[in-house]
Amino acid sequence: MKYANKKPVKSERWQTKKAGGNFVDKWHAYKNLHAHALFSSLGRLVASRFSSALTIVVLAIAISLASGFYILIANLQQLVGNLEASNQLSLFLKDDVSEVKANKFADSIRRNPDIQEVKVINKEHALAEFQSYSGFGEAVKALDKNPLPIVLQVLPRNSFESEQALEVLLAEFSSAVEVDFAQMDMQWVKRLKSIMEVARRGVTLLSLLLGAGVLFITANTIRLELHNRRDEVVIAKLVGATNGFIHRPFLYSGFWIGFFSGVTAWFIVTIIMLILKQPVENLSRLYDGTFHVLFLGFIETLALLVISSLLGVVGSWIVLHFQLQQLNPE
Amino acid sequence: MLKFEHVTMRYPGAGDVLRDVNFHLSRGEMAFLTGHSGAGKSTLLKLIAVIERSSRGRVFLDEQNLNEAKDRQVPFIRRKVGLIFQDYKLLQDRTVFDNVALPLVIAGYGHHEISRRVRAALSKVGLVNKERKYPAVLSGGEQQRVGIARAVVNKPPMILADEPTGNLDPDLSAEIMRLFEQFQQVGVTVLIATHDISLIKQMNHRILKLDHGQLVTS
Repeated sequence: MKYANKKPVKSERWQTKKAGGNFVDKWHAYKNLHAHALFSSLGRLVASRFSSALTIVVLAIAISLASGFYILIANLQQLVGNLEASNQLSLFLKDDVSEVKANKFADSIRRNPDIQEVKVINKEHALAEFQSYSGFGEAVKALDKNPLPIVLQVLPRNSFESEQALEVLLAEFSSAVEVDFAQMDMQWVKRLKSIMEVARRGVTLLSLLLGAGVLFITANTIRLELHNRRDEVVIAKLVGATNGFIHRPFLYSGFWIGFFSGVTAWFIVTIIMLILKQPVENLSRLYDGTFHVLFLGFIETLALLVISSLLGVVGSWIVLHFQLQQLNPE
Repeated sequence: MLKFEHVTMRYPGAGDVLRDVNFHLSRGEMAFLTGHSGAGKSTLLKLIAVIERSSRGRVFLDEQNLNEAKDRQVPFIRRKVGLIFQDYKLLQDRTVFDNVALPLVIAGYGHHEISRRVRAALSKVGLVNKERKYPAVLSGGEQQRVGIARAVVNKPPMILADEPTGNLDPDLSAEIMRLFEQFQQVGVTVLIATHDISLIKQMNHRILKLDHGQLVTS
């Protein structure tokens, strides 16, 4: 400094080195500033326990709704996921159609270029299958005559995707003289999967909406805090605070609010799943199922915490961006 | 240290608050800024703290042209200027220690360095045993001394005071002024806006007098 030459002793004694001289000093200053913001924001959150808790619980409910729906879909997916949807058609032939005729009919279907495969299930085979899978084996033994018809399982080519084309094919088979009744075997799976797709999309939209809710609730909380600490902001600016210094505690407040809401939401979802686990698995056992309730896994928990913390930070950033410019010393 | 060159400050609708102001304060100089209410004292101080920028002319602090300073440089300019206010501007929900520590926290000092410097500043203003108290329980004179400790804790080369004794009785005022003289003696430039003529006449320092925005004596 220029004047240092004129009054070296006095000025040097008074003016000491500022923090932020070299890289190490800068790093220490940066670290100190962040530590200060981190702990002061946490301290303030604890100091106003009641209102912080209210905000956090409201946010946690919103977040747990979103993640609860998510885990519900994941569980249903588990049920549906094992089911293979296929275009397979079953043609139940009339009782008076002989096996020879049935094979001929099958051959004629095989010549259709749209068909990939035809499998003939004769009466004996059908009966054996019925006995082993239906649980009515004993009852069937009491019958003096095999009541089951010959069945042709027809698998159209994979390219045969359109539902309408499939309906046309089905109608064509139904009208054949040999056929008593034709049906699409796994159509209900397709329908279920479509319903699931709608549900998943609905949940995604709902989650976005709830996420936006979390964002704006955080923003409003931070706005109130900013308003309450107006004097502090103005004084800090007067004694040389950078915008970064002013922003930091509020961003950290947003982070803490989001993070604690995420943690609370995790507990809410997990407790609900624990309550539901036993009855659901009992129900599954009644249907001979091996359904296990899925909980939020490690990655999902991590995502939950990261997303809710981010929403908190972004929410407060929005407020700071739009409101802080108005807070200037006069 | 501080130089005003043909500085004019015009507020829309209010006319010229400062008109062609020229003066220069060297380092370690102490001066009083006087004038009737509305003469432009506060506006002049605001220009130095870059709370306002002049409409015309140039203000130099430490050889930096404040009119050309970018917004992101303003906080660092303010760190060179210790500001003292008539209404003290203390944070009521913070202790004396935390109030004084604020500039150091802002500058990113570590915990130990902050403690050391805050205690040094408090002992300079004679409040070392009050560091755990809240401003509300202190007298006006004590609160102003907290304000002064906060202004000098970062060892700025310049101190600006806006009516620092406006709320204090004559004895306390004289005490506060002696404190400013002590800072001047260690090389700090001090500029005090006041209309307490009797007080400044007792002290032998330069007087800048503003009259309707114009500098009449300097």
